[in-house]
This record gives sequence, C-alpha cells and structure tokens, in this order.
Amino acid sequence: MKFFHDKKKMRGYKEFLYILPFLILVLVFSYYPLYGWIYAFFDYQPPLPFSWDSFVGLKWFKMLFQNKSYAKQTLQVLRNTFAMSGISFFFSWLPMFFAIMLNEVKRTRFRKFVQTATTLPNFISWVLVYSVAFLMMSNTGLFNSVGMGLGILDRPIDFLKSNEHIWFKMWLWLTWKNMGWAAIIYIAAISGIDAELYEAAKVDGANRRQIIRNITLPCLLPTFFVILLLNISNFLNNGMEQYFVFQNSWNREHIQVLDLYVYNLSTSKPPVYSVSTALSMLKSIISVVLLLAANTMSKLLRKESII
Amino acid sequence: MKRKEKSLRADRRNKIKENSLLDRIYDIVNYIILFLYAFICIYPFYYIFINTISNNKISESGGVIFYPKGIHLQNYIDAFRIPGLGQATLVSLSRTVLGTALTVVTAAFLGYMFTRESMFKRKLWYRIVVITMYFNAGIIPWYLTMMNLGLTNNFLGYILPTIISPFYIILTKTYIESTPKEIQEAAECDGAKVLTIFFRIMLPICKPILATVAIFAAVGHWNSFQDTLLLMTQEKYYTLQFLLYRYLQSSQSLSSIVNATAGSSEAMLANAQTQTSIRMTVTIIVALPIILVYPFFQRFFSKGIMLGAVKG
Repeated sequence: MKFFHDKKKMRGYKEFLYILPFLILVLVFSYYPLYGWIYAFFDYQPPLPFSWDSFVGLKWFKMLFQNKSYAKQTLQVLRNTFAMSGISFFFSWLPMFFAIMLNEVKRTRFRKFVQTATTLPNFISWVLVYSVAFLMMSNTGLFNSVGMGLGILDRPIDFLKSNEHIWFKMWLWLTWKNMGWAAIIYIAAISGIDAELYEAAKVDGANRRQIIRNITLPCLLPTFFVILLLNISNFLNNGMEQYFVFQNSWNREHIQVLDLYVYNLSTSKPPVYSVSTALSMLKSIISVVLLLAANTMSKLLRKESII
Repeated sequence: MKRKEKSLRADRRNKIKENSLLDRIYDIVNYIILFLYAFICIYPFYYIFINTISNNKISESGGVIFYPKGIHLQNYIDAFRIPGLGQATLVSLSRTVLGTALTVVTAAFLGYMFTRESMFKRKLWYRIVVITMYFNAGIIPWYLTMMNLGLTNNFLGYILPTIISPFYIILTKTYIESTPKEIQEAAECDGAKVLTIFFRIMLPICKPILATVAIFAAVGHWNSFQDTLLLMTQEKYYTLQFLLYRYLQSSQSLSSIVNATAGSSEAMLANAQTQTSIRMTVTIIVALPIILVYPFFQRFFSKGIMLGAVKG
C-alpha cells in the first residue's frame, strides 16, 4: 500500500519536473524584472555600479508630484490618460450596438462581408495603421488631394501634424482598428440566445424594436458588464504603441499617456531611469488594485469573478 | 358586433403595414451604415494597393482613387533595392515561424500538463503562470533584465520572452478539459507515458484550438514593434514593422537612393520612386501576409473559443 502511494507521489514529482523548465522561463521573464523596482528607490546612474550609498527613499515619488516642472507634466499626462480612457469608456456600448445592427441583417453574405471587412484592421499593427493614416490624412494624402481637387479645401491641411481634437482622433483610430473585433463577443452571445424566446415574442406580436429592447439587449448586458469592468481595470493601461507612432512635436502635449510618458522619460536626454521606474511601479500597483476592485464588484453583483 | 370585429382587423392590418414600412426604412438605413463602415475599413488598403501598381506620376498627382491607371510592377521590383528590406523580411519571417511554433507547442504542453491532477502542487504552478497576465514590471526593469541576460541585440530576444503566454495556456487547458477524459484514461491503462499521451493523443485532439492559438501568435509576432524599439539597436535585427516606422519618419533620402541605383530608361523615369510611392509599396509589403491569410483564418473565430476568451 505504501509503495503504491509513493509511486503515485513519484509520478506527481516527475510531472512537475516536466513543467519545471517552463516555470523557470516564467520566473525569469515575468518575476525577475520586478526586482528592478528597487531602482525607484535609488539614484541610479547606469554605467556606475549599483551601491547602497545612492539610496534615496521615496525622493522620486515625491518629485513626481512636488517638483514644479514634474508635477505639471504628471498632471498633463494624467489628464490625457483619463481623457482617452474616458472617451473609450463612454463609448464602450458601440461594439454591442454594432453587433445588434449586424444581427438585423437577414442576408448572410452581406453580413459575412461586413464582419470580415470590419475585423481586418484589428490584425494590422499600429505602425501600419499609422502608415494608412499618413497616406490618407497627411498633406499629400488622399483626403487632401480629393479635397483640393473638388475645391473644398484651398490649401492642404496636415491632420497628423496638429494638436486639435487629438483625443478624439486617437479614439477614432482605436475604434477603426478594434470595433469589428470587439463586436465578435456580442455576435457570439447573440447566437447563443435561445431561439424560443424570439419565437414566443413573435407569436405575441412583438415588433423588431420591442424584440431588440426586451430580448436581445437584456441577454447581452451580462457580457457588456464584464467588458465594462475589464475596461475599468485597464483605465491606466492605454498601451504605448498607438500613441508612440502617432506622436510628433505638434501633438506631444495632448497625446502623451502614462505608458508613453514612462517610455519617453527613459529615452529622454539625459535619461531619468529612476523616475520612470517609480512611475511605472505606481501605475502597476494602481492597476492591480483597480482589477481587484472590479473583480470584487463582479463577485458582489454577479456572483462570478472576472479573473 | 361584426362591425367592431371588422374595424379591429383593419386596424391591425394598418398597424402591420405601418410596421413593415418602418421596418423597410430601418433596413435600408441599417444596410447603408454597415456598408459605409465596412467600406471605411477596407478601402484604405485597396487605395494604397492600386496606387502602388499605378503610374507613379499619375499617382503622385492624386489621380488614382477608384481603379489603377497605367499598371506596372516597377515599384515592387524597386523595393528590392531598398536598403535593409530583405534582411528585415528575413528577421520578421523567422521570428514569426520560430516564435509561433514554440508558443503553440508550449501552450499545448502546459495546457495539457495543468489538467493532470496527479501533478505535485498543480494548482499553485498554474496560478503562478496565469497571474503574470495581470502585472508588468515596466519598461526599465524589463530592459535591464533583458540586458543582463544578453538578449539585447540578440535574435533570441524576440523568441524567449514570448514562449510562455498565459492566455493561450488558459485557452488550451479549457479546451482539453472539455474533451472526454476516457480517451486519456484508456491510453494510461494501456501503459502510455505522459509524453506519449501528449504527442500521440493530445496534440491531434487539440488541433482546432491550436490552430487558433497559432494564428494569434503568428499575427502577434508579425505585428510586434515594441521589442525591436526597446531591445535592438543594430540594423540587422530590425523587423519589417520597425523598418516601416523608420521609413515613415524619413523617406526623402530613400527615394533618391532607390532611383540612383535604378536604370534610366524611359519607362523607369515615368515610374521614378517618390516618397509616397515607396511608403505605399512598403506598407503593402508589410500588410500583405496578413491580408492574404486573413480570409482563411476567419473561420477559426468560432463562438466557443471566443466565449472562452471572454473570461480568460
């Protein structure tokens, strides 16, 4: 009996050994970098060796909010981050709306065509999106040449080299890239709705608007709620790629979100590694807290966790 | 009594008529909006493509909008002369192929291993892996780690950090859990070892989910831009995406380089490279692989997989 037990245990250890190399990879690339957070507490000058003499405590964290020029930057960056995430958050019902519109189309081929066409931009990198934007919207682009040709514009406008409506423009590009893809979840959810519900409604003489309002929409709300919560937990994580490729000296003031600011700090001359690390550390911690809060909310309201 | 019934029927008929008229208007508006949206999504790619195969002079003056004019392939032939493009294509292709293969096999293997209840402390390891989705050390700590490991200016810097992807592991694990356990148990009764079961049974069973993972991983690798930006300073490690970004930032000199090395026959002069023509050609070259395989992988986004993804 004991032998049998040990054998089973042995098998468990052996299986663990199989996954050990992969666990080491995870430790090296996901956990080990966390050690770098200590640079946020030191006055670290890259070529010099690291020493305890340069320990500065919370100096960089305080500087982000107290030093005048830094505080101004921090405030500006926070405003941009909140504005861009806020606009996306406010319009997060759009993919659901699009999915409902698509579901109303009875011709399968047209529906397939729209779905295929609108998901394509999601698979294109941000660099390519910028390239498309450049070829459409710059002063030599399609928009200007057509506008000039038709006499609507009297001189070319470079839409990319301007600081106007930049938050809204960034949201538009984000929506162009992502909305078709984001709608797939809702399309799947719609196809999962019990067909009997629709039939019963039709027998009762409900019209289309009533069916959408009383059946489709309520069935989609749980999915929408999960997406909304995930959006909240990602409020600070806009990612930097989109804003990095679109940034230029005209729009920097309004395009710099937290992720981009962290990058720009670390590549500025001279680089301010410590401040950048302090900021990204703060951001990570707040994001995790937001995620946990969103999760708790989901557990309270839906009795189901999202992570 | 009869009259009342009659009027009621007429009333209802009117209502249906009204509804069907409203319905039709609604349908038309719906079709128009959806068509416009689809058009906005694909027209830019079409526009750029027809311009790359049109006469460069007409294209430069903005004359190519709906169909190509003066078709030629000189732009794509000239593209071979763009310095660095060949090498970047090679880097992009090899990282996509190698990275995708490793990611897929790893996701399958870990997804399978994490379903084996006999494993020592299975749940703990699974949590340790999955939780990495939700935090991030930040750019500087990550860069310093990569530098310490010697992965800056090193092709492996593209591959090693991307091998483990918690999201794909969750997808495969969920999929395996939905398949009947009896197959595995039967194999075990026949004395098959863990690895034998994995290669002979699990891999074939998981084909549909692995195809999906492969597509996502490949698109991710092909589109990846940030790692080049952070890790690579030597030109021989540049990817196509990064090169395209650099061309967009400065392509004045590029057109003159390409034109200088080209011949000077009349046909070539008419299609001399301009800034825009080079930008467009490179854009199409970078986007083409995705656009070409895209219609084939559409069918993999089946609802089951997507619903699994919502939670993950």
